Amino acid sequence: MTLNQDQSKVSSVLDGEDKTARQRWMGIIARASGVEVAELLARIESQPSYELIKRPETGTLMLEGRAGGAGQRFNMGEATMTRCVVRLSDGTMGFSYALGRDRKKAEQSAVIDALLQSATRDAEMLHAGLGAMAQKQAEAREIASRKAAATKVNFFTLVRGDG
Amino acid sequence: MYVAVKGGEAAILATHDLIAEERRGDVSVPELSVAQIREQMQLSVARVMNEGSLYDEDLGALALKQTQGDLIEAAFLMRAYRTTLPRFGSSVPVDTASMAIRRRISATYKDLPGGQVLGPTYDYTHRLFDFALMANGEHSPEAKIAEHALDAAMPRVPDILGDEGLMEAEVPPVGDPRPFDLTRDPVEFPADRDVRLQTLSRGDEGFLLGLAYSVQRGFGGNHPFAGEIRLGEVAVSFAPEELGFAIELGDITLTECQMVNQFKGSIDQPPQFTRGYGIAFGHAERKAMSMAIIDRSLKARDFGEASEYPAQQEEFVLYHCDNVEASGFVEHLKLPHYVDFQGELELLRKIRREQEERLAERKEAAE
Amino acid sequence: MSALPTSDLAMGLADPVFGSQAVFRTVLTVLSEPGKIMSLSDNLSGCPDHLPPAAAALLLTLVDYETPIWFSTAFERIRPWLVFHTGAAIAAKPMDARFALIAAGQSDIALDAFNLGDERYPDTSATVIILCPSLENGLPVTLTGPGVRETTSFAPQGVDGDFWNQVQDNNALFPLGVDLIFVAGSSLAGLPRSTQISGDF
Repeated sequence: MTLNQDQSKVSSVLDGEDKTARQRWMGIIARASGVEVAELLARIESQPSYELIKRPETGTLMLEGRAGGAGQRFNMGEATMTRCVVRLSDGTMGFSYALGRDRKKAEQSAVIDALLQSATRDAEMLHAGLGAMAQKQAEAREIASRKAAATKVNFFTLVRGDG
Repeated sequence: MYVAVKGGEAAILATHDLIAEERRGDVSVPELSVAQIREQMQLSVARVMNEGSLYDEDLGALALKQTQGDLIEAAFLMRAYRTTLPRFGSSVPVDTASMAIRRRISATYKDLPGGQVLGPTYDYTHRLFDFALMANGEHSPEAKIAEHALDAAMPRVPDILGDEGLMEAEVPPVGDPRPFDLTRDPVEFPADRDVRLQTLSRGDEGFLLGLAYSVQRGFGGNHPFAGEIRLGEVAVSFAPEELGFAIELGDITLTECQMVNQFKGSIDQPPQFTRGYGIAFGHAERKAMSMAIIDRSLKARDFGEASEYPAQQEEFVLYHCDNVEASGFVEHLKLPHYVDFQGELELLRKIRREQEERLAERKEAAE
Repeated sequence: MSALPTSDLAMGLADPVFGSQAVFRTVLTVLSEPGKIMSLSDNLSGCPDHLPPAAAALLLTLVDYETPIWFSTAFERIRPWLVFHTGAAIAAKPMDARFALIAAGQSDIALDAFNLGDERYPDTSATVIILCPSLENGLPVTLTGPGVRETTSFAPQGVDGDFWNQVQDNNALFPLGVDLIFVAGSSLAGLPRSTQISGDF
């Protein structure tokens, strides 16, 4: 194995053509609770064997904002986050990054990310569960927005004098 | 002479047990869970996250539980915990224009695109006790749900004024540089905007509120309008080096305030409104508003205004708004200063003795 | 999507927390006792073929996304491994770097091309890691200064008289100047900016 091969494989994994789909599923999994991620992984019949390339680790992410919302960048403060990298026995790498400190969720999310990259029966099962998860998250956002909408002011103008 | 004194260990260990018992209070009353604090003391949790400079609602709630609700002590716990963690990187700057809005009001425009959304607020309550809450009933309140969600487009109010060219522009400096980080590098004066905003973000709400109030009462010299206040959830994006593309790690709740201030003009610049920016973790409107007022007052130098009031003096504001630092310095006075004090006591006795001797000599001479 | 074969990426510190603490402790020791040679073999689960274990352990411990590292094109192939494990920012030019990796005898880079710190914050200067064939039996120089009881001898292989002249100049800048860590195999030795060099070179 030469190093150049190694490097090209890294970029093929990291910049794959289906990057957009992958970004989407990583976002959905990151937003799910630890219980939901465990339930998603439990949908597949036999649990895959994998090794931990980067064991689940909690650290922080510095959150940046912009002055005025669109101007100069500044640091708002940090948030806790947890990441994990696994490798399946077939060599596929799975990554996970999410806010919070749930290490079990991080490990299971990374396994799911790896499984989702192949066109297998397991991936199909996971994609179905992922769809339901995404829908649940969208519904929660919709309800929050409708509750806010109930507090929206409808101005009407009072007519002055005797008209 | 310096005499090291030992012997406090047993007493200190006993205080740990005593404070643990005090914290628990009457054991016939059920113990609070961290989840209860997180869900039912959300605004305190937000304050602890802000002043602790760490977004984690569970830890904010734990900090409150562990400190019996002492907000500054709780912020201290957050800061201390943060130092034990590695930092994995910096987020993509949060995009508050795409916030999932739960509250959004403007005091400058009645009819603005997306409308005035009052959201969850105590602003329109009567400040009368609700004794039903004391009864702790099973009642679970339900909010009204409108038929339709809010408009997808909720432009930020200053951006609307900006489109007309009437608002001071907020644009990134050339190259959009990575911001200064006061947790890594020493603050120097004059401080740039990124230094000021980071310092104010973690500053004490009470201190900033008092200063903001002073600005309004005439110790400042500019009159603010709340251009917009918005509350809601914003996605956090991060591009890990090892992954090579950006992903979303979840959502955080943010409160953003944009203050619009009286205009300034110069020979090169037609008169325009100026602005101040405030942002805070969780629902923390008072903090975001105070920060926005102070951000504007600290721009005094940029606009050639005389910095004659406390809220315009950045060294004063930035060095004193951090309550963890401030309480550390004030409260360190509780620590033993036995030797220092003995020195002062000896000196005072000596001065007294010498004075008495001089007086006695003079008296003798006079007789 | 193609899968990664067993690759260098898997290799990092055997225990990220205690491993990096042990390495850090060793770095402190070698920088406070200039010329002392210590070993760092036990902390890695593996390392890239083209990097000495001590250098790999040092990079995994010291470098992260907030400490830009510079290395010459000869080391370009460590980039995927380094970025994967540390999230390191790669400095575009030597002056931007907090850490640097160079080969002993590498003539295209001078020590004063790196950040030397400034009067108020001398701690912002770069730390330069120098890969040597061996830390012993080279051209000997005599070290004196803080952390050295009277004098000690240090003889890494691969560095020449011109390099030692640069180290002398670096010491003359104290409290400014870079700090040096010499690495060979699983051994390392430190030469902080405060150490004086003398000898026939």
